[in-house]
Amino acid sequence: MQLSLVNQWLLKPWVKPLLWLLCAVPFAGLMVGLATDQLGANPAEKLIRETGEWTLRWLWLTLAVSPLREAASLPALLRYRRSLGVTVFIYAVLHFLAYAWLDKGLVLDDIIKDVYKRNFILVGVAALVLMTPLALTSFNAAIRKLGGKRWQALHKLVYAVALLGLLHFYWKKAAKNDVSEVMVYAVILAVLLGWRAMRKGGVMGMLRTR
Amino acid sequence: MALIRTSRHFSHPDSGMTHGVSSEITPRAVYEGRRAWLKEAAALGGAAVGLQAASGLWLSGDAEAATAAAPLVARPGVLAALPGVRSTVVGAYAMDKVTPYEKVTRYNNFYEFGTDKEDPWQNAGTLKPRPWTLSIEGEVGKPLKLGLDDLLKLGAMEERIYRLRCVEGWSMVIPWVGYSLSTLIQRAAPTSRAKYVEFISLADEKQMPGVRSGVLDWPYVEGLRIDEAMHPLTMMAFGLYGEVLPNQNGAPLRLVVPWKYGFKSAKSIVKIRLVDKEPVSSWTKANAREYGFYSNVNPTVDHPRWSQATERRLGEGGFFAPRKTTLMFNGYEAQVGQLYAGMDLKKYY
Repeated sequence: MQLSLVNQWLLKPWVKPLLWLLCAVPFAGLMVGLATDQLGANPAEKLIRETGEWTLRWLWLTLAVSPLREAASLPALLRYRRSLGVTVFIYAVLHFLAYAWLDKGLVLDDIIKDVYKRNFILVGVAALVLMTPLALTSFNAAIRKLGGKRWQALHKLVYAVALLGLLHFYWKKAAKNDVSEVMVYAVILAVLLGWRAMRKGGVMGMLRTR
Repeated sequence: MALIRTSRHFSHPDSGMTHGVSSEITPRAVYEGRRAWLKEAAALGGAAVGLQAASGLWLSGDAEAATAAAPLVARPGVLAALPGVRSTVVGAYAMDKVTPYEKVTRYNNFYEFGTDKEDPWQNAGTLKPRPWTLSIEGEVGKPLKLGLDDLLKLGAMEERIYRLRCVEGWSMVIPWVGYSLSTLIQRAAPTSRAKYVEFISLADEKQMPGVRSGVLDWPYVEGLRIDEAMHPLTMMAFGLYGEVLPNQNGAPLRLVVPWKYGFKSAKSIVKIRLVDKEPVSSWTKANAREYGFYSNVNPTVDHPRWSQATERRLGEGGFFAPRKTTLMFNGYEAQVGQLYAGMDLKKYY
């Protein structure tokens, strides 16, 4: 296979550290904003909202890797998918911690009650729970131990995570009667998942491991 | 007005004898100093005030000849002055720490200018609060059309410090300037068929970019029962922090109903209608299950998607400050509880 120039660049050793650095930028920005009182009148709400939206953005980007590497003939992109996936998980954990700490004062009883009472919270927590095994098996040793096929099958959970994440976001925004932003996320996700379904001959094919 | 305790479950913070924050009590030396300062200022005042009004702001000089009073909060010096005398209405002074001006004016829900909290602050510059006409019609003996200057002179401007609790779970404490809505409504001589009051906000695409979106069914409509509207705490506000209302806060005049969730307090009002049937407010129309007609602040009735038991007081106690307990009727139970005696507040949310 002929490697394009971009592919060659993508194989350079410094790309991965650079990617990690880029992944840290939104959170670092929030921390700087917090320290310098630039997060507006309600910094706690801003921190919860921004970590949540960045979780979605990183997840959508992770899901874009496969279509992009085919469409743009950039096979080297694949080596960064796992880093992006781990970034999704880190932002999801930060989002949950921000909620649990700033909204619920880290009172476990209140958090459990909230999850039980509110579908919107339940769906968000479910997405985080489903993400956890994916994050825990994101090391080479875990792939070897599970075997490629089983590892791949397990990581199909990411589709469920994406749909739950979108629903969580939709329910949150619907309260304000403003779902235009949610629609943008929904359309992009539809394209990303639709591309997979088309290539694999339907949704079932998409869920089957090769 | 008698203070009637209608419920044993909620203690009231505004008995007048307790001060939530001891540092909020004005020391004698300070208020005596203020009085001396006022005497001097009275002589100079007119000229200075006229200058501010001339700087392209909506308040004309003559309306500002209103009574000077000891302001409870320092003017930020951003807009034209609108001084108010101290209010004698019971409950008009929340003892809470007042929310900083920057937070009051940069964190608003005013969907006519966008749905993000900072949108109104960024986009409301296109609103023209002058000239402005308010009409009062419907079940009234004397329908009225009042210009802003008439409205400003209609009653004595009072400064009142109210808590504001948003349905979303955050709260502020705001020093408003205005007078009781009853002052205005009485002028129109409501008939016996006037059971409710409907408030209609401006909806002008040219001035309000958000009106082009279909987020709500424009114009923004709110409503109160007539006894709620005539309650002395219900206020028609023309200013805050001793100055005219910033556009993003609902210039040139807005409703303030401190014991209800913030969205009940309609902004930039152009029409008040007295009616015999319960008006359908914009949020009820959009989602009746989540936003009822009454929308009284009530920590025991949750929003379907979040708890209303606590609130985040903006600008107080730092980033990690725990949320505050939300008070029944936002802490105005002693003043307004009797309006709802015998009502099932879970049903009439």
